[in-house]
Amino acid sequence: MTNIILEMRNITKEFPGVKALENVNLKVKEGEIHALCGENGAGKSTLMKVLSGVYPHGEYTGDILFQNEVCTFKDIKQSEDLGIVIIHQELALVPELTIAENLFLGNEIVNKGVIDWNETIIRTKALLQKVGLSESPNAKVSDIGVGKQQLVEIAKALSKDVKLLILDEPTASLNEDDSENLLNLLLEFKKQGMSAIIISHKLNEIEKVSDSITILRDGKTIETLDVMHDQVDENRIIKGMVGRDLTNRYPERIPKIGDVVLEVRDWNVYHPKHLERKVLDNINFTIRKGEIVGIAGLMGAGRTELAMSLFGKAYGKNITGKIIKNGKEVQFKDVATAIQNGLAYVSEDRKGNGLILMEDIKQNITLATLNRITKNAVLDKNKEIMVAEEYRQKFRIKTPSIFQKAGNLSGGNQQKIVLSKWVFSEPDILILDEPTRGIDVGSKYEIYSIINDLVNEGKSILMISSELPELLGMCDRIYVMSEGRITGEVLRQEANQEKLMKYMTKSKVRG
Amino acid sequence: MQPQIKTNPTGSQKNSSIKSLFQVNFRQYSMIIALVFIMVLFQIITDGLLLKPLNITNLILQNSYILVLAVGMLLVIVTGHIDLSVGSIAAFVGAISAIMMVNYEMSPFLAIIISLVLGAVIGAWQGFWIAYVRIPAFIVTLAGMLLFRGLTMIVLEGKSIAPFPESFQKISSGFIPDISGGSLHLLTILIGIALSIIIIFLQLKNRRNQLKHRFDVQPLGLFILKLVGMILILNIFTFVLATYEGIPNILIVLGILIVIYTFVTNKTKAGRHIYAIGGNEKAALLSGIKTKKMTFMVFVNMGVLSALSGLLFAARLNAATPKAGNLFELDAIAACFIGGASAYGGIGTIPGAIIGGLVMGIMNNGMSLMGLGIDWQQGIKGLVLLAAVAFDIYNKNKAQ
Repeated sequence: MTNIILEMRNITKEFPGVKALENVNLKVKEGEIHALCGENGAGKSTLMKVLSGVYPHGEYTGDILFQNEVCTFKDIKQSEDLGIVIIHQELALVPELTIAENLFLGNEIVNKGVIDWNETIIRTKALLQKVGLSESPNAKVSDIGVGKQQLVEIAKALSKDVKLLILDEPTASLNEDDSENLLNLLLEFKKQGMSAIIISHKLNEIEKVSDSITILRDGKTIETLDVMHDQVDENRIIKGMVGRDLTNRYPERIPKIGDVVLEVRDWNVYHPKHLERKVLDNINFTIRKGEIVGIAGLMGAGRTELAMSLFGKAYGKNITGKIIKNGKEVQFKDVATAIQNGLAYVSEDRKGNGLILMEDIKQNITLATLNRITKNAVLDKNKEIMVAEEYRQKFRIKTPSIFQKAGNLSGGNQQKIVLSKWVFSEPDILILDEPTRGIDVGSKYEIYSIINDLVNEGKSILMISSELPELLGMCDRIYVMSEGRITGEVLRQEANQEKLMKYMTKSKVRG
Repeated sequence: MQPQIKTNPTGSQKNSSIKSLFQVNFRQYSMIIALVFIMVLFQIITDGLLLKPLNITNLILQNSYILVLAVGMLLVIVTGHIDLSVGSIAAFVGAISAIMMVNYEMSPFLAIIISLVLGAVIGAWQGFWIAYVRIPAFIVTLAGMLLFRGLTMIVLEGKSIAPFPESFQKISSGFIPDISGGSLHLLTILIGIALSIIIIFLQLKNRRNQLKHRFDVQPLGLFILKLVGMILILNIFTFVLATYEGIPNILIVLGILIVIYTFVTNKTKAGRHIYAIGGNEKAALLSGIKTKKMTFMVFVNMGVLSALSGLLFAARLNAATPKAGNLFELDAIAACFIGGASAYGGIGTIPGAIIGGLVMGIMNNGMSLMGLGIDWQQGIKGLVLLAAVAFDIYNKNKAQ
């Protein structure tokens, strides 16, 4: 019988007007990886904030027992001292500092008040080795990729003598390779006796690494599953999360595909800063009316760069190539022209590139197409309200009112606002860049349904995604990119993960 | 095809609408409350001197050039920038206008036009570096502050130029003509009544429109109360002015500016674009907004308003001096922040900036009437600026 390292008993946490957690119970065994699942807003992050002391003792009711001792944390420092370390979804590294500086930030190795750099570098090297990262300790964090940054975060946690590691969506921004790498690392730590709590929307990963799974729904514990004994698969987890069987994760659609609406020929793009670097190399592809075309590829394959360079040259320099729309060659000299010509781009970075968080929902929806609510150069605000209300109902945006600031909404609802904005611009072709990243299962299904409705209306979709099952479930045809080139084109009937992966990893040297 | 809206857009709980209405407008109201508080305070301290017709007229004359700058500065701050050069530009344009009108005896009308164009050119110069070369506005306008102050001293050769033609002086010191010979300025009162009718008409039209679309509206009682309050204040104000010399010319200029810029920020695409750029420049760019051009235009506009401010100041002083416009930029910036603008961009209103400017102006005026020295005045103004912004941020944090 293994020991219980952490027990949270009857945790209740209230915010003004809302019960975020209600009698939640969580037991983590020593040396296991324990997954925490639930839809957005189910209370996972709140629970972890209670555990780590972000919400200090007294702001919640219930008990926390860590290694059989009752804990009353006042702040994060106290929980870290006991070996509970949390790695948040948004990385907390300083981009302009080196790896070594970041690892010991706030915890510097000092000798008589002076930082001992030699010791710092030696310890950094040891930590980097543990996480399998072969970067120089003096490399700037901004110069290494997101996957490696995540490893630096973990190394930072290790430097604090961690007993229980909490990872909030650790692979949300990683590609398949880096995710795989990170999960293997977790399994490695488990062998060495470390316990971990992992929060993730990627159920296949949870299924792969976790020993137990606790499911939260609406701030309550629904159940704890034992992966060894219970029959646990993705559908079982989803059932617990949404409280019903989600028989089909991708809504049905009968494709009605028409003529070619967009053709891109010999598209070449150079890096905006390093002008000698070719980011996109001779791209050719077509999209037909009523078709969902996928773009698969690893991080850095150039998918987002392709989308943004097409969208009014929002990315890149020295762009050459032809865009042919409905049989006629067109030039998109800037974003406004692209929009006028029926193109729309839903960015992968909702908060950074998609929304104006401090403005309300209605203003976000109309921003790209103010002309549609302008009469004689004057904005018709009544019309704006009606437009926003229409989309709120159509896309089922969950909000008390369209006067809410976009920043106050959950990820899934924010994504629906961005979709509303671009559907309101009446495009022929929508480019969706990671449309369901960081969104819970229920909202995902709704967004897939919206996408299907759009193509049924005769629009065309170009969908970029890092989740292969999503591409396989939604697309009629999938292009695969690697190192700035299109390395393959796969039809829905013949597509499978292995085939896509083969093209995705096809490099210039080998290929 | 119009969508049928059955539910009301502002939320399902009807009874919470007054509360939510108050919360939405809380920042606007809190500024007005602060303004009223300061007015009452100084009215008591100065034994009623503050609100004497003569002093109210003085208040308008003294603060007009700051308020003009505050209007332009608000747009600059909303786009997420700052302009430290407006005082120097005002001085430089004032000096050039003096050279044209006094030394070369050019007609004031032509000189004013040339001055405003000069302001636009200067604004374009700074806007180019900020919008297209992407040098931080703080640096570009700091450079501009030094550059145009230096140029002012060069063109004036360190001396003042005076006097201006009388017709030019009248802009800042004259009053609208009267149609009767009585002790009360009749035209001023008539203008007050005319404006009242326009306001009532617009408010009713707006309310009817909202009702037609079945939107939530203010309860009728509150609506009437607000409207009556507004009309009352407006007419008392014009009546007080009428007992002195009537509406100053400069108030007409200011009023037109406020109406135009409030309209542009609220009701036009350009206004939306400015707020969007300040809120999230990348998202604005990817929504098809020409962010560079818009930023450029905001600085061109600031240049024109700086020029106007310089002209108004020169006309009031009846001289162009090398020291003109000193520290104007700080008063204008303070007005915007006291009026609720965010230093991070994306937030702020023209009426807010005007109220902020009035708070500063009334404090200046009130403290002068009390006989406080400039040293105390500066210190107290600094504290009020800090307190206003701290209060604002405290409220915002509480709201989240």
